[in-house]
Amino acid sequence: MSTPIISIKNLHAEVEGHKILKGFNLDINPGEIHAIMGPNGTGKSTLASVIAGKDEYEVTEGEVIFNGKNILELDPDERAAEGVFLAFQYPVEIPGVSNTNFMKAAVNNIREYHGEDPLKAKDFLKLMKEKQELVELKGRLANRSVNEGFSGGEKKRNEIFQMAMLDPKLAILDETDSGLDIDALKIVANGVNQLHTKENSFLVITHYQRLLDHIIPDFVHVMYDGKIVKTGDKNLALELEEKGYDWLK
Amino acid sequence: MGYTESDLEKDLEGKEYEYGFVSDFDTDRIENGLNEDVIRLISSKREEPEWLLEFRLKAYRHWLTMYEPDWAHVKYDKPDFQAISYYSAPKPKKELKSLDEVDPELLEMYKKLGISVDEQKRMNGIAIDVVVDSVSVATTFKKTLLEKGIIFMSFSEAVKEYPDLVQEYLGSVVPAADNYYAALNSAVFTDGSFCYIPKGVRCPMELSTYFRINEAGTGQFERTLIVADEGSYVSYLEGCTAPARDENQLHAAVVEIMVKKEAEVKYSTVQNWFPGDAEGKGGVYNFVTKRAMCEGYKSKVSWTQVETGSAVTWKYPSCVLKGDYSEGEFYSVAVTANHQMADTGSKMIHLGKNSKSVIISKGISAGVSENSYRGLVQVHKNAINSRNFSQCDSLLLGDKCGAHTFPYIEVKNKSSQVEHEATTSKIGEDQIFYCQQRGISEEKAISLIVNGYAREVLNQLPMEFAAEAQKLLAITLEGSVG
Ligand SMILES: Nc1ncnc2c1ncn2[C@@H]1O[C@H](COP(=O)(O)OP(=O)(O)OP(=O)(O)O)[C@@H](O)[C@H]1O
Ligand SMILES: [Mg+2]
Repeated sequence: MSTPIISIKNLHAEVEGHKILKGFNLDINPGEIHAIMGPNGTGKSTLASVIAGKDEYEVTEGEVIFNGKNILELDPDERAAEGVFLAFQYPVEIPGVSNTNFMKAAVNNIREYHGEDPLKAKDFLKLMKEKQELVELKGRLANRSVNEGFSGGEKKRNEIFQMAMLDPKLAILDETDSGLDIDALKIVANGVNQLHTKENSFLVITHYQRLLDHIIPDFVHVMYDGKIVKTGDKNLALELEEKGYDWLK
Repeated sequence: MGYTESDLEKDLEGKEYEYGFVSDFDTDRIENGLNEDVIRLISSKREEPEWLLEFRLKAYRHWLTMYEPDWAHVKYDKPDFQAISYYSAPKPKKELKSLDEVDPELLEMYKKLGISVDEQKRMNGIAIDVVVDSVSVATTFKKTLLEKGIIFMSFSEAVKEYPDLVQEYLGSVVPAADNYYAALNSAVFTDGSFCYIPKGVRCPMELSTYFRINEAGTGQFERTLIVADEGSYVSYLEGCTAPARDENQLHAAVVEIMVKKEAEVKYSTVQNWFPGDAEGKGGVYNFVTKRAMCEGYKSKVSWTQVETGSAVTWKYPSCVLKGDYSEGEFYSVAVTANHQMADTGSKMIHLGKNSKSVIISKGISAGVSENSYRGLVQVHKNAINSRNFSQCDSLLLGDKCGAHTFPYIEVKNKSSQVEHEATTSKIGEDQIFYCQQRGISEEKAISLIVNGYAREVLNQLPMEFAAEAQKLLAITLEGSVG
């Protein structure tokens, strides 16, 4: 039994006085793919934000150990440098900042965190090119501003591109499949599968079983009212598709 | 693959200033106060010709009849004009032996700006070979320029060497009686720069001058005159990167630019005078008059400014578009943090047919600062088929600061088009979090976002200036969010 890459114990979190996470437990081992499904508003994005360290969410109880460290004490950028990546449900636009500069800042900040020198311009550009090909965005990113004027699908693909650039230990994909056409869905899934190694783990938040046809999860969890109420294998997703959530409440 | 922001930043680190200063070492200072005798004294100390003394006296007499303007959206204690010394030759503030004696906070700032140790010493009067100097700016490139017939020297030198040129153009764009502070400047200006580009000459290098404020209590009245003769081109940089730690200081400069037929002038400024401390104490009053006359067919002028310093700024670089097909541009980033107040913008006066102007203004306010855009677009009756596009954006950091837009538009013919767009946005917690989630620190994230917002303007700056400007933006806003 290997040590989990992330171990979440009895996590309670609230925002502006609303209790949203209410005793959430989950361990993910290196190399595993976990899927979380559940009705709107049950706290899936909140969980992702809390793991990533968004300020407005207050953790009132519980712990999150990532790679042996209590990451609740770290700033969001430190958590990212430790290997947490969040593909946002709604990626934001940053006008005037090119994808190249943005990624360069990200890559080199993380390298600096680990005491490494910045990537040489040549190597950086090579990496950019390679990873853009992975999500079939070749030539469409470099000189455009981050997400500005991107279509919904392009934004999601850009998230996967950024994930590929940063090579995280744990990638949380928050509804990355929503709003994608069938081809884009395959591109995203393909990107994930190529990055999936024995070390890299994924937490995939989705409403649709169809994504899980392409990214095969080891476990499927159902989240309801701030915690996991049922865990199964990939067949659970099929069952949910058929029966909905009511039988679990 | 273009040269990116980060490349620029890299390059700036360890970059040494390319232009040195030379000064004539004269160390006296006139007693505080202003009257005709003082003006006569200034003029005689500078061995000025009679016509210049007359120019000064006329301006002074007019100034006495004027009132300090109060329409700008700024509040400050009116300067006591009798408490200012109107002439002071340079002297190093204190004899410091090494940088160890300099305010550590200031040193930290230098480091962040990437100012070399030599330059740091220079700025603190430590090096003896070169001295910071409010009286004259000379450049090492003078000879090279002269070969092309380009004149670039201190104003006082020009008065001696090219009196006819100076007399012809002084006050031709900004008349002595133009406004309260321009009149004051005309009466008492100490020094500044003069630049003349002959017919058909493209100035091969960027002309650069650094203005610095030396002595506490010394008003600064710089005078710059640029004449671009027919078909010529020059890019001119005015900058000051290091903040001066002085008492409230009045700075009332005048910049006049005459652009002849088919000539083009690009004038870029990075302004970073001491803005006062976090409580709003101290800081420079920056009341500047800048105007360009696009006199002939296809004359073009482009103002670019990055304003991060000063406690109070009052500044409207303007273009008089007299020639047919003449063009005026104004690109501005104005940052106010803490208690800073800025009322800045541009005036585009369309007189010529088919004249064209663009105003891009990006205000960034933080702390409890007030940041106003004030702009006038005036299209006269005969300026048919003229066009203006203005865009004024405001970015707010925090919720205690103010952003205001005062556009004035007057169009007196039917064939012209004037467009005005304005936006106000708040720097998003979501944007910052997004950057942080990618491993970028909060501070760096703010700098990225702000620089992105100002990109359109920064792109107008010459390369090395752009890098300085980016750093300044980041430093000015440090600690403004969160
Ligand atoms: N910043 C906030 N302020 C107030 N309420 C919030 C905030 N963020 C989330 N909530 C509330 O917390 C609950 C959980 O939201 P969350 O976004 O985590 O749900 P979700 O499971 O991701 O839903 P969906 O499937 O629709 O994406 C919702 O009721 C939401 O309205
Ligand atoms: Mg969600």
